[in-house]
Amino acid sequence: MATIKSLDDLTRIRKEVLEKRKAKAAAGQIEVIVGMGTCGIAAGARDTMKAILEDIQNNNRVGIVVKQTGCIGLCEKEPIVQVVIGNQPMVNYGKVTPGVARQILADHVADGKVVQNHVILL
Amino acid sequence: MKTIRSMVLVSSDPISLQRGAQGVFDRLQAEIKTYGLDEEVSLAMIGDVGRHDALPLVIVYPEAAVYGPVTVEDVHTLVEEHLYKGRIAVDLQASNRELSGKIAWLNTRKGTLPAEQRIVLRRAGIIDPTNIEDYILHDGYTALGKALTESTPTQVIDEIKKSGLRGRGGAGFPTGTKWGFVAKEKSAKKYVICNADESEPGTFKDRLILEGDPHSIIEALALAAYAVGADEGYIYIRGEYTLAQERFKLAILQAKEMGFLGQNIFGTAFNFDLHIHSGAGAYICGEETALLESIEGKRGQPRTRPPFPTTHGLFGKPTLVNNVETLANVPPILLNGATWYRSFGTLSSPGTKVYTILGNVNVTGLIEVPMGITLREVIAIYAKGMKGGENFKMAQTGGSSGSIIPASLQDTPMDFDSFGKAGVALGSGALLICNEDTCVVDLAKVLLNFFRTESCGKCFPCRIGTQRAWEMLDAIASGRATLKTLDQLMELSTNLYNLSYCGLGQTAGTPLKDILTHFRAEVEAHIRLGVCPAGVCNTKEAVH
Ligand SMILES: Cc1cc2nc3c(=O)[nH]c(=O)nc-3n(C[C@H](O)[C@H](O)[C@H](O)COP(=O)(O)O)c2cc1C
Repeated sequence: MATIKSLDDLTRIRKEVLEKRKAKAAAGQIEVIVGMGTCGIAAGARDTMKAILEDIQNNNRVGIVVKQTGCIGLCEKEPIVQVVIGNQPMVNYGKVTPGVARQILADHVADGKVVQNHVILL
Repeated sequence: MKTIRSMVLVSSDPISLQRGAQGVFDRLQAEIKTYGLDEEVSLAMIGDVGRHDALPLVIVYPEAAVYGPVTVEDVHTLVEEHLYKGRIAVDLQASNRELSGKIAWLNTRKGTLPAEQRIVLRRAGIIDPTNIEDYILHDGYTALGKALTESTPTQVIDEIKKSGLRGRGGAGFPTGTKWGFVAKEKSAKKYVICNADESEPGTFKDRLILEGDPHSIIEALALAAYAVGADEGYIYIRGEYTLAQERFKLAILQAKEMGFLGQNIFGTAFNFDLHIHSGAGAYICGEETALLESIEGKRGQPRTRPPFPTTHGLFGKPTLVNNVETLANVPPILLNGATWYRSFGTLSSPGTKVYTILGNVNVTGLIEVPMGITLREVIAIYAKGMKGGENFKMAQTGGSSGSIIPASLQDTPMDFDSFGKAGVALGSGALLICNEDTCVVDLAKVLLNFFRTESCGKCFPCRIGTQRAWEMLDAIASGRATLKTLDQLMELSTNLYNLSYCGLGQTAGTPLKDILTHFRAEVEAHIRLGVCPAGVCNTKEAVH
């Protein structure tokens, strides 16, 4: 990425990133975000992450970006997985075991049906 | 699990009681039940509220509505209007005169509950910490760019001073003042250091800030360096925090690549380089002068102060040491201004505080709330109550160097000054909440065990004192102590405080003093009756 030499550079880059993201969202990009702070990992987020990546590969799911994030403060509910489909609002899931993760991919990501019993309301 | 939606507090100082506070309380309890609200509304008596003109007072959260004087006849309307229908019962409100003292803070946070107030953690859990684009998208590096191109170092320091930001590493020292000390020094070489050694038991806020938002600390360190005139910095990260170290390493690489670290940052004459130094597992290395020794490659032991690090720090040069959370507050302050920052928290402790909640509560985890919130609120609202509906007995704040807070202080605003006045300490931000099955002697023993193991051994009051204190506590717990032991323990606490070389030994005596002040009867029961009231200690233990 370009080196930043002034405040204008920074503003320009921020705009570019924003445009890029908007375009992706408009195109219906799916983001699956796994909470990978220490609390998440201790609760099994690595296994959840692995299950998500494997499931995507095994079922040839496309258009999905898998990302990680830090602790959102609900350590009790870890592992936490957030799903954003295109421009729709984010859905937060708690206590996502590998099994639940596969269910989320199959029902929510592929089929548009939110897995209600694991949703956390913030 | 109970989710508390509203909290109702009744003043119960002597005047209130004389004017029928108990009757009001009883009627409130009955009415709340009648409306079927007892699962979502918590009710408590809270002693002296600090306002004496309209007693008895009833205060309802989260709206911070103050009603008074409330009579038993008023209660029905109050419950129906406010708690059931959800609108303020205007006719019953106390006159809106200039509020003072303890009640002022109630008012400053009107409507801020139960939502958390996130400044430090605003991006944690929202951005991808390994992606610098995410950080930039969320206003990242704007404060740095603005400061470098539009403000002088003095202006930056003035803004921090005006914000009233105080150190979150435990002592609460005014951050702007400290920056001013370093800036004032004439030296070709200066350093800025982020203290991320975080070794207090139960504290993990810095860890989660670093893991969730590493770039914010890089930006803050660069800002600090610009303000005090440094061109090199270190972050001292606890050795066990491998994930935080990994993410920070990556963040430094990304920041270098994009020119936020290195030469001529933002096209100005400002240069700044940053190194990571890993701790190796010693609690003492969080003490700032021991930390400096450790970076210099020596054994981690505290230095004599004065001279302070601000004049003679790393390699003898003027050095600024700040805690992770302190630094994380810096970019938002510079971005939004000191006035904005002061709109949170209390007058003497503006802003927010990050706490890690643990212990016998329903929900543990990380919260960021305005300074001046009370323990009662934390437990009822954020921790969703005590586990199994048990009674709250005490809390231990700030890891080992915090205080043991008895339930009677649960309505004291949690900010540096109010806690100072009540004779307790905010510490580093852990809140270990204990129910009545916890024994104070046992708790103090655990804490002292930590201190005696972690004492670096440089000075004898701490080296020997922490060991002796642990032995005395062990004697009490196993029924071998006499009442004289308690006097010796109190004396030891004072000596630790007065004679120890650094903060480790000085604070090691706090739990001793706390249990003898607030829980003397329980401690004495171990000796006089040979029983542990909480049923934890085995007082019939054989001498070993
Ligand atoms: C034994 C001991 C351990 C400490 N550990 C830490 C620590 O882990 N992190 C920290 O920020 N401050 C720690 N401190 C406080 C530091 O000495 C120093 O006051 C602090 O880093 C200053 O930063 P602040 O002004 O931003 O609070 C410790 C102090 C003592 C006496």
